Amino acid sequence: MSNAVAQADHHAHAHHPAQQHHFDTMPQQKEAAVLGMWVFLLTEILFFGGLFAAYMIYRVWYFEAFAEASRRLSLFWGGLNTAVLIGSSLTMAMAVRGAQTNKRTATVNWLILTMILGAVFLGVKVIEYQDKFANYEVPGATYNWMYHDERAAAAGGEHAAPAPGAAHRQLALSPGQLQRTTQIYFSLYFTMTGLHALHMIIGIGLMSVITWMAWQGKFDDQYYTPVEMSGLYWHFVDIVWIFLFPLLYLVERHQ
Amino acid sequence: MLDTLKIPGRHYLNDGHSLRSWLFTKDHKRIAIMYLMSISIMFFIGGMFAVGIRFELATPQGDFVTADTYNKFFTMHGVIMVFFFLIPSIPAVLGNFLIPPMIGAKDLAFPRINLLSLYIFWIGAAFTLYSMVVGGVDTGWTFYTPYSATASNTSVVPTAVGIFIAGFSSILTGLNFIVTIHRMRAPGMTWFRLPLFVWAHYATSLVQVLGTPVIAITLVMLGVERGLGFGIFDAARGGDPVLFQHLFWFYSHPAVYIMILPALGVQSELISTFSRKTIFGYSFVAFSSLAIAVFGFIVWAHHMFVAGISTYAAMVFSFLSFSVAIPSAVKVFNWSATLYKGSVSFDTPMLYAYGFMGLFAIGGLTGLFLATLGLDVHMHDTYFVVAHFHYIMVGGAIMGYLGGLHFWWPKMTGRMYSEFFSRVSAIMVFVGFNVTFFPQFVVGYLGMPRRYHSYPDEMQVLNVMSSAGATVLGLGYVLPVLYFLYSLRRGAVAGPNPWGASGLEWHLQSPPLTENFVEVPEVINEPYEYEHSVVKEKERV
Ligand code: HEM
Ligand SMILES: [Cu+2]
Repeated sequence: MSNAVAQADHHAHAHHPAQQHHFDTMPQQKEAAVLGMWVFLLTEILFFGGLFAAYMIYRVWYFEAFAEASRRLSLFWGGLNTAVLIGSSLTMAMAVRGAQTNKRTATVNWLILTMILGAVFLGVKVIEYQDKFANYEVPGATYNWMYHDERAAAAGGEHAAPAPGAAHRQLALSPGQLQRTTQIYFSLYFTMTGLHALHMIIGIGLMSVITWMAWQGKFDDQYYTPVEMSGLYWHFVDIVWIFLFPLLYLVERHQ
Repeated sequence: MLDTLKIPGRHYLNDGHSLRSWLFTKDHKRIAIMYLMSISIMFFIGGMFAVGIRFELATPQGDFVTADTYNKFFTMHGVIMVFFFLIPSIPAVLGNFLIPPMIGAKDLAFPRINLLSLYIFWIGAAFTLYSMVVGGVDTGWTFYTPYSATASNTSVVPTAVGIFIAGFSSILTGLNFIVTIHRMRAPGMTWFRLPLFVWAHYATSLVQVLGTPVIAITLVMLGVERGLGFGIFDAARGGDPVLFQHLFWFYSHPAVYIMILPALGVQSELISTFSRKTIFGYSFVAFSSLAIAVFGFIVWAHHMFVAGISTYAAMVFSFLSFSVAIPSAVKVFNWSATLYKGSVSFDTPMLYAYGFMGLFAIGGLTGLFLATLGLDVHMHDTYFVVAHFHYIMVGGAIMGYLGGLHFWWPKMTGRMYSEFFSRVSAIMVFVGFNVTFFPQFVVGYLGMPRRYHSYPDEMQVLNVMSSAGATVLGLGYVLPVLYFLYSLRRGAVAGPNPWGASGLEWHLQSPPLTENFVEVPEVINEPYEYEHSVVKEKERV
């Protein structure tokens, strides 16, 4: 070895079993994981960012069509799902707390609860998608903007209200224009919520592994990084929904 | 002397010989070697399509292949070369191998993610190669809608899926480097003692991490439009195809810096080592990498001057594009100043470095021509553009890659390659390159459009020159394969530091131990201390 390199003193203390060989200390290992996770979440922001950019442009161009199409989404299901997801962030935070404080059963239970809430969210999403398919509101060859109103009119006769409050609104758009541009809205709706749901599914998969590891007693107050990282991911997916909900469900919903 | 050197008894290459020991390795050096093999294969597949293109263009008529087949040739050439060769080239091979030893670490921060990135790369490559076997793609590597979304009847989706997947390999490499450079530096290895190669990779990683997700989502949007009939870019439903171009170039302009920044980093190492001088203006060179990464994100619409964007937007993007040239020029000036009064040598890596400087300068300056709004209206989509980006991507990025490979080959394998043949190949690459691509500036300026398989008779001379040069260039690329492989068995033993270079990696044995360092090193020197500390020529153990 040449003069440029001196040997740092080598400390020989007992290593935590979870410490990997190329790290010097547990804190170093943890800091690396945390930084890595934040960088990963940054890439996720840009991933969804492309869709948000497209949404923004088309919402400005076709505001009225977006507002009309937005009314086709159910506030009840959307609101319920928002509450479910926020609740699951709480249970997730409790799971991390459990791992930090060496409470094995609590950690496992909170994780299972989080997964259940995630599954509820996905179930509600299935119901919502089902409704869109049934009403020919999936963009593509079979898309039919008028179907929803026609069916409502046929079912309820004269008293049918096509869309809430529609009677008070003067639409500048012809049905033909709506048929075209609301497809952009629904294209974005399905791509955005679809990718969000995919992230939820990945999150649940991740969490089942973490739950199993927690059950095995792999975590303690020195080493709970995987639980914390899954938590960061889960909160991120949650936050994406917090943006999606108003952007997709609440376009001019006050009228 | 040289023949008294021995390959060390224990090193990363003989630490397990089974296929398993390679496929499940966590050693960044072995992963780098597997990347090297993978991208070399991709390079030669991409090269075959280039042969097809130049063969067709040897005559003015479209006589070798049909126009449709020709479209597939240039598309698959571009897709493979950009996404499966240039983007991973220097980072995944040289960066992977060298960043940990350069900063005094035993491995990257996430060795398993590093291996995962290689597997992801393989899966992405498999998709793309599969789509080529079942008929290929003809949209151009740019996948512009509406052609790619509806009109083309070729395998757009599998190719796009392949690129989408490979993108994650690039993201994971970048993520790993960022964390490694932040968290794994040895004691004493401060930010301003980092080799410029590491700075360049840090900047590259930022672009990979911030840009690649955008191309990923763009391909998703294209995929759902083509596959499911959604209408995000469909003009018939009020969508905007130009939005696709914005999203595409938001990644793909920065992506050209993913390709060139690492080469700029290699260049700084070569210039300093082979002129035996401290790099001139270290912090300027370091920060110019970051500046390029940042400016790279605000110039994308210079690819869309004639796509119908507003004049004001075009003027702003034209002006901003000029600004990228400033940090690029800072580098070239600083290298020149480093060479000045240095004790320069002509070893093979340095031959590549000299070539790089000239070709990068020409490529960058013609980029300014193209960034000039009024001029680009004339030159857009002509061979001038083709020549411009080949000067940077082939003349710059590949020269940098080859220069780096020749420089660190002794470190990676412990052996020297043939000095004679490597110089011959470096000269062939330089000459062949210029004969291939310089005529394309001329023929493009005369108005020959890109992406056509026939052209007017009077342009034949220049095109034949180009095809002839490509032959020399191609042979220049085959030669290293031969002498590198030969060197593995018969090459002279290199010893730890055959070039008398100053970086930390040269203090290790060649090939290094699996764990790189037995003890955590402590760094006490400034970088590139060629003048201050006595570095013995051809230093041995
Ligand atoms: C000084 C910096 C640079 C400037 C000002 C610049 C400018 C431009 C402009 C204005 C175009 C569009 C021309 C047209 O289509 O009409 C262009 C195309 C291109 N440039 Fe550059 N460039 C620079 C550096 C680079 C670098 C470093 C690379 C690659 C490593 C690169 C690769 C490309 C590619 C691939 C294209 C063509 C893309 C396509 O349409 O297929 N450029 N450049
Ligand atoms: Cu560009």
